[in-house]
Amino acid sequence: MLSATVRVAGDLDLAEECAQEAYVSALRSWTRDGVPARPGAWLTTAARNQALDRLRRDATLRRKLPLLVEPASVDPDDADELDRPDDAVPDDRLRLVFTCCHPALAPEARVALTLRLVCGVPTSDVARAFLVPEPTMAARITRAKKKIAAARIPYRVPGRAELPERLDSVLTAVHLLFSTGHTAGQGDALVREELCDRALHLARALAALLPEQAEARGLLGLLLLTDARRATRTDEQGRLLLLADQDRTRWDQRAVLEGLTVTAGALASGPPGRFTLQAAIAGVHAVAPSLEQTDWPRVVHLYDRLLAVWGTPVVALNRAAAVAFADGPAAALPLLDELATDPRLADYPYLPATRADLLRRLGDAAGAAVAYRRALELTANAAERAFLRQRLAEVSSAER
Amino acid sequence: MAKYAILIYDDPAGYASMSPEAWSAVVDAHSVFVKQVFELGGSLAGGEALANTTTATSIRGGSTVTDGPFLETKEALGGFYVVEARDLDHALEIAKGCPAPFGGVEVRPVVDPTQANPF
Repeated sequence: MLSATVRVAGDLDLAEECAQEAYVSALRSWTRDGVPARPGAWLTTAARNQALDRLRRDATLRRKLPLLVEPASVDPDDADELDRPDDAVPDDRLRLVFTCCHPALAPEARVALTLRLVCGVPTSDVARAFLVPEPTMAARITRAKKKIAAARIPYRVPGRAELPERLDSVLTAVHLLFSTGHTAGQGDALVREELCDRALHLARALAALLPEQAEARGLLGLLLLTDARRATRTDEQGRLLLLADQDRTRWDQRAVLEGLTVTAGALASGPPGRFTLQAAIAGVHAVAPSLEQTDWPRVVHLYDRLLAVWGTPVVALNRAAAVAFADGPAAALPLLDELATDPRLADYPYLPATRADLLRRLGDAAGAAVAYRRALELTANAAERAFLRQRLAEVSSAER
Repeated sequence: MAKYAILIYDDPAGYASMSPEAWSAVVDAHSVFVKQVFELGGSLAGGEALANTTTATSIRGGSTVTDGPFLETKEALGGFYVVEARDLDHALEIAKGCPAPFGGVEVRPVVDPTQANPF
């Protein structure tokens, strides 16, 4: 809706304002006349009409406002121009994503702007996701929006030649968007479904728009295979369930099948990048009948290749967890010791959580308890905290 | 179309120790760049080369005159072009051809003074 409105308004702030006004007038008219058959279309039309009204009312407004798009792109009096078919919408939203992820914007602003403008996440939540104070994030977003307008960053999907440098940033933004929804950084619910759905939608549109880009398909595969487990990640009380405890029969088999197909296609089209390799790992889990019967050597092999193209300590940590299943917990402990010296993981809760799990499996209840306590200090998500507390209670009673 | 300044920030030491052949290659590169601006659908609205930073004099607060450039850094503003381009992507496409062998270029929109508050 925002992307459709911004094309008319030509300015992000004006478009956001019009979208909000449309919601207000929807509330008024829907309580009076009932909800229309296609509420989404109603809102988009209302917001665009708001934008057009504002533009007509003050002809100089558009000249005064910094333009985001070429002034001639929309003629307010040409009805055909405005009533483009709905299938233009995914492309529209992608343009907004590519605009938000323009290399001329600071990297930390790109994802924040995508969350705020493409997904409508409130600035306070964006700030929380990035662990910065709200005024800092608000200033960052304002600065980026101003630069888009003043420097005339165009509202378009870039040409083939520019794609390599921009696509990675876009894929990263969509992936982070999904991750933000998949495990909420804070709060009571583990999953924020609307963010996951929006990220999946964008990944689908990217893969359809750029079929020759293997990594776009790799990302779609990764999101499908990860999201297939959504329903089984928590129990009825909202408590976190690990891969080992999930009911695999409840995984969304249609999403798994589609994810495997898309990933296989990405793997077949040349040396795989980091999203395709992560999708392949998710694929090995998706076809395993149980945690024990997972092809762990294959998972470790894929992590080796992932580490080669994307050498982050978090990947190394996940590889260590896979080694613990392939070769036993004792084989993985030295790997964790090595990672513990990496300052980038100093406050990363999954490092002590992984260590705790290995020590628990090795029967070292006292050592596991220490590591669980450390993980608890670092975790803010309520579902994850509840899980860690439960495990801590288990090893503490074993200790006695 | 909008105006963008392409500011050339180079290490002056690079030019100081340059052979005459290398110098003429840089001059040629600038001629090629100017031609490219038009080939890429932009146009040139101005531009100058600036004398070495050792010739610079700065004025602060409207009265304090000092020897030297405003900022003492390794890379100094050595010259600039003003081009007309459709948008930032177009300006960046043009600016990528701008010679700056000992540094790089910065692209900045030129403020439109007809706007009520351009800032």
